[in-house]
Amino acid sequence: MKVKGLIARMVAGLTALIAVAAGATAQDRIGQPTDKGIWLQEAASEQAQKISDFNELLFWIILVITIFVFILMFYTMWRFREKANPVPSKVSHNTFIEIVWTVVPIIILVVIGVISLPLLYWQDQVPETDMAIKVTGNQWNWTYSYPDHGDFELTANIVDNATFDDPAKLAAAEAELSSFLGWPAKMNTRLLDADYRLVLPVNTKIKVQLTATDVLHAWTVPAFGVKLDAVPGRLNETWFEVNQTGIFYGQCSELCGRDHAYMPIAVEVVSKEQFARWVALQGGTIAAAPAPTLGR
Amino acid sequence: MAHANPTGWKRWLFSTNHKDIGVMYIWFAFFAGMIGFAMSGLIRMELMEPGIQIIPSVFGMDDAQARHMFNVLTTGHGLIMVFFMVMPALIGGFGNYFVPLMIGAPDMAFPRMNNISFWMMPPAFILLLLSTFVEGPSGMNGFGGGWTAYAPLSTVGHPGPSMDLAIFSLHVAGASSIMGAINYITTIFNMRAPGMTIHKMPLFAWSILITAFLLVLSLPVLAGAITMLLTDRNFGTTFFDPAGGGDPILFQHLFWFFGHPEVYIMILPAFGIISHIVSTFSKKPIFGYLGMAYAMTAIGFIGFVVWAHHMYTVGLDVDTKAYFTAATMVIAVPTGVKIFSWIATMWGGSIRYTVPMMYAIAFILLFTMGGVTGVVLSNPGADVALHDTYYVVAHFHYVLSLGAVFGIFAGLYYWIGKMTGKEYPNMLAKLQFWVTFIGVNMIFFPQHFLGLQGMPRRYVDYPEQFAYWNWVSSWGYLVTLVGVILFIAVMGITLARKKTLGDNQWGEGANTLEWTISSPPPFHQFNELPQIK
Repeated sequence: MKVKGLIARMVAGLTALIAVAAGATAQDRIGQPTDKGIWLQEAASEQAQKISDFNELLFWIILVITIFVFILMFYTMWRFREKANPVPSKVSHNTFIEIVWTVVPIIILVVIGVISLPLLYWQDQVPETDMAIKVTGNQWNWTYSYPDHGDFELTANIVDNATFDDPAKLAAAEAELSSFLGWPAKMNTRLLDADYRLVLPVNTKIKVQLTATDVLHAWTVPAFGVKLDAVPGRLNETWFEVNQTGIFYGQCSELCGRDHAYMPIAVEVVSKEQFARWVALQGGTIAAAPAPTLGR
Repeated sequence: MAHANPTGWKRWLFSTNHKDIGVMYIWFAFFAGMIGFAMSGLIRMELMEPGIQIIPSVFGMDDAQARHMFNVLTTGHGLIMVFFMVMPALIGGFGNYFVPLMIGAPDMAFPRMNNISFWMMPPAFILLLLSTFVEGPSGMNGFGGGWTAYAPLSTVGHPGPSMDLAIFSLHVAGASSIMGAINYITTIFNMRAPGMTIHKMPLFAWSILITAFLLVLSLPVLAGAITMLLTDRNFGTTFFDPAGGGDPILFQHLFWFFGHPEVYIMILPAFGIISHIVSTFSKKPIFGYLGMAYAMTAIGFIGFVVWAHHMYTVGLDVDTKAYFTAATMVIAVPTGVKIFSWIATMWGGSIRYTVPMMYAIAFILLFTMGGVTGVVLSNPGADVALHDTYYVVAHFHYVLSLGAVFGIFAGLYYWIGKMTGKEYPNMLAKLQFWVTFIGVNMIFFPQHFLGLQGMPRRYVDYPEQFAYWNWVSSWGYLVTLVGVILFIAVMGITLARKKTLGDNQWGEGANTLEWTISSPPPFHQFNELPQIK
């Protein structure tokens, strides 16, 4: 009874802790890590939500297993210490218990597998999508192109530390980004902000086609639940559908050399109407030149 | 005597004695470990606060060079700890010293091959260290492509000769390990004392036997993969270059076909050591001996068919990922058998909390924690969020840094009396345990949080939101540093003491053959083979 109450209180306490961590994310800026955060970033797509739910389930399973092993170990350490049990038993076999500790883990793993594999298959199939973007990783920036919208292209570089240190430079960078977007933009996250952003419409199934020009890179946005390697000579494919507007950040997640930590992914998700206006703005640029390129 | 006992430098350079060679391996692992540990110190100090502060001032370089230097340090730390610290300590060191003693053999099967196995290690290590002083990417020194050396970063990404030196270093270290492995297999199969059947053999010898098979089967694949890197780099082949019909992913398959068995190569000997210690200090025979031996065999076997779980995000086919998920989770079963069998060995025992036992219990608990996060990572559904983040760093340091390395500490405290005849200072050793235990947990536990929050690994700088847990982690390193200094003090004091110990320091629980001979053992033991009932 007492133990039950204690466990219930511990579970309640931990749930509260996670809720606080998640709550802090909600109050904080979405789409990026939280100060002192201990949990996954808040989900902004169905994928990320499913990953988050699955991860939470796994967390409870491994927590129970770990606590079980720890309690068993501590009890054994206390009960069979030399003083309490000076004469050791000579038992070294017990077929029943050996079968139990083989079969019970198998059952737990089967349960995990039954949940895990359908999620894997769901994540992996790319459904009928509404639009596609092509992402190319380079040392050390990302090139985005919009094949369904006239195939215009933009290259996003990091906003370097020197810019954040100098208000005049920052104002200039923000002005450049604002004119690119067609609406006012602020930069406030060192190492996450890029000079130009990938702009995407909300509530739209987006296919991502991914490759690289030099070495491996990986395109990641934690809030979207997406991480995929960019491999020279291959075209990898994934998809997501963002369910809220905002600015979402990610960072290159495959070691790519000196500036691996300096090629962030900044995505601005806007309403469909705003996206159409932005495309039109870029479209004007497309018509002007045969090989349209924005940014550097 | 057929041969005299050589003295002076000849005793070591020309040594064919398994105990001398074992001791040399342990010293080698100690020095390499200190360098690897110093590298991790530079990494952790750099990451203590956002921004780049430490590396430019330590090495006198600008910011751009420092970013590359950080990658060189993480690469060096990984390679050194894997190839030049854990493997020499557990396999070359304890394996050489104790396998012949435990199976009742006078020496290894091929004593002169044993000598060359060891003496290839220092040149290999020197080659790796040299690689940090020659050009890697144009204009900068050292190879910074990670211990995994993924192409094309290790080919076109590092055109300078640094990578070639690193490749050659791994070739030499690999050849050394393969020869060592052949030696163990031959010794264990042919030189067991009369009556010691394979099913009566101590579990540490079992663990080395299985490890040796893993080495013989996996290292040639690594050698092939890095040779292909070498020819891609220097002779115009295109194994990993799509422009010539190659594929960068091929390298990852080859590397992890070696790399995954490699992680079991590092942990299995620790499993063996922990079994001996738990049994000794519980004064009980190991629970489920055969189950333990075959659990290790199963882990070794399954370890060869799970490699692509390191590659869930490279764009593998979905059925392939499903297979590797299922196969990977299977490993949790024999691992669980081992954890529960250790606890069952303690159950009903009369447990004495000596320093090796404290390390063994910490090993079991921390390895459990590293194991369950491994189950999380085995699921591609969760791995999408966690792949290549600090969660992975935390996971593999829990199983290696707090697993394999705790196994080394445990083995050293368990056997230092046997190897030297000298007793370690008990209170100082206990202090050393607690400081190290707190320190390493403080380093690695917060890294789970960083990973969940999305901090990618191998990052020299990070957004301010990650600052707090990085700061805690770096302070954990400083605590661990105190632990390492205490460790050096404990070992120094031990070695300076007089030989006081008899044959069996630990009493009735210690019943393997090494405890039947003097401490330290005679230069040649078992001139008459022991009979095993």
